[in-house]
Amino acid sequence: MQQFDNASAGDIVLSLADRIIENRAYLSEIDGKIGDGDHGVNMAKGFGMAADRIRGNDMSLASAFDTLGTVLMTEIGGSMGPLYGIMFTQFAETIEASPSIGADTFGAMLGSGLEGIQTIGSAKVGDKTLLDALVPAIEAFNGANAAGKPFADALDAMAAAAEQGRDSTRDLVARIGRASRLGERSVGVLDAGATSCALILATLASGAKQKLLKSATAGH
Amino acid sequence: MQRFINNPDEVVEDTVKGFVKAHAGIVRLGSSNPRVIAARHAPVPGKVGVITGGGSGHEPAFIGYTGRNMLDAVAVGELFSSPTAKSFLDAAREANGGKGVVCLYGNYAGDNMNVKMAIKLAAKEGIEIATVVANDDVCSAGPDEREKRRGVAGEIFMWKCAGALAAEGASLDAVQATAQRAIDNCRSIGVGLGPCTLPAVGHPNFLIEPGTMEVGIGHHGEPGVRVEPLKPAADIARDMVKIVLDDHALAAGTEVVVLVSGLGATPVNELYILNDTIEAEIVGRGLTIHKTYVGNYFTSLEMVGATLTVMALDAELKRLLDVDVDCPARL
Repeated sequence: MQQFDNASAGDIVLSLADRIIENRAYLSEIDGKIGDGDHGVNMAKGFGMAADRIRGNDMSLASAFDTLGTVLMTEIGGSMGPLYGIMFTQFAETIEASPSIGADTFGAMLGSGLEGIQTIGSAKVGDKTLLDALVPAIEAFNGANAAGKPFADALDAMAAAAEQGRDSTRDLVARIGRASRLGERSVGVLDAGATSCALILATLASGAKQKLLKSATAGH
Repeated sequence: MQRFINNPDEVVEDTVKGFVKAHAGIVRLGSSNPRVIAARHAPVPGKVGVITGGGSGHEPAFIGYTGRNMLDAVAVGELFSSPTAKSFLDAAREANGGKGVVCLYGNYAGDNMNVKMAIKLAAKEGIEIATVVANDDVCSAGPDEREKRRGVAGEIFMWKCAGALAAEGASLDAVQATAQRAIDNCRSIGVGLGPCTLPAVGHPNFLIEPGTMEVGIGHHGEPGVRVEPLKPAADIARDMVKIVLDDHALAAGTEVVVLVSGLGATPVNELYILNDTIEAEIVGRGLTIHKTYVGNYFTSLEMVGATLTVMALDAELKRLLDVDVDCPARL
């Protein structure tokens, strides 16, 4: 069974931060079309602050997620601070007790992140929010895992579904958050939250796959 | 962009620092959180704490309404972005005199989420937070969806009534009920003539074509109900009064309070030009104006535009609204 060590995987969160920071201007630009234009700025600020606290501390994936979630929740605010904050702290709580992370643990982690988001937000799939990337991605991951596909393939399915979900937001009318005030005028533009969510999930997938490769070559 | 800023990412820090220096006799920074402004006198033992919070860029809202007979503490967010749950929690801590805290805020997705989380965190330390969500902006949703409407300048009257009642020693339930009635009695409308720019973004976050105006615009540039050619002030004022009062069936003889606020970059004299017709229209509809406020009370960075808020009074609201306050904003 494919799995990777929790203890040495905290650097996956550093690559999440790198990707978000690289896309600071892009995320703000998308957000600027139907929102405030500060999504990239706020995300880069939060992920950057978390990376500074993680870097050099040899953290487990659970601790790194907890650090990221706590920074987002306590220091970023807006809508994305609490939503991603609760998602990552839930991720952390779910995997905390698992020394190695296999597909079942990973699937449980994704599910509890989604539950966390749903306790504070009221969006549904189709409302043009990050859920349009997250929900199909989780379904794809669980579907592949239930079908007996290897962990790495399930991660690929997750990333692909997230990107498809992100693209689906282009044709959606925003029903929640600041863009919802635009109604029909929000059609034709990607949702910034779905875009950052797809970026996060794709980076998470490639980070986890690299860890799986390392575990395999190390003879785990 | 011609702005008085240092680092665009530190606009809020720098604003708060200057604010606290300017009004040191009335307010102070939160004891453990620089994103909280508290009244010097807070917390008052045995008094319901009255707090709010919201994104920055609306000064003098929200922080400028901290003070005696007004807000006890305010959670401060990034420009146009909700404060964190922790800042709402810390504001509640600063305001908590042992009788509960009422959080009176606007109906924005981020604020709703962060307040919800703050309520849970506060409950763990035995602080009860009751809430009232303002929804006075008429154009932000239809009359059948009032619960979706945004809170705008009517919040000032809600804070003023609730702050005065709390100072009299009223219970949490009473303060919450009065705040709810105060905001239920408010209707607001914004008209935008020019956009605003978040310094860290560097370009306007929406556009208003020269020669046009956006009727029903929101406090962050949320689109209004229509874009039309710019008209003489008297015509715009008549439209504003019509939109506000058509949504609010008030009996002839009802006493009202009027607030005409600039959105940041409109000269104050133009607000008086608007008010000339606004008052005439309101009186023409058989209402009695108890008091009028004209100035920059609730802004949106350097947006060009104005808002009108009309609040209907009953005996209690009138009494509370007339209580003197001591806060940085002029009220």
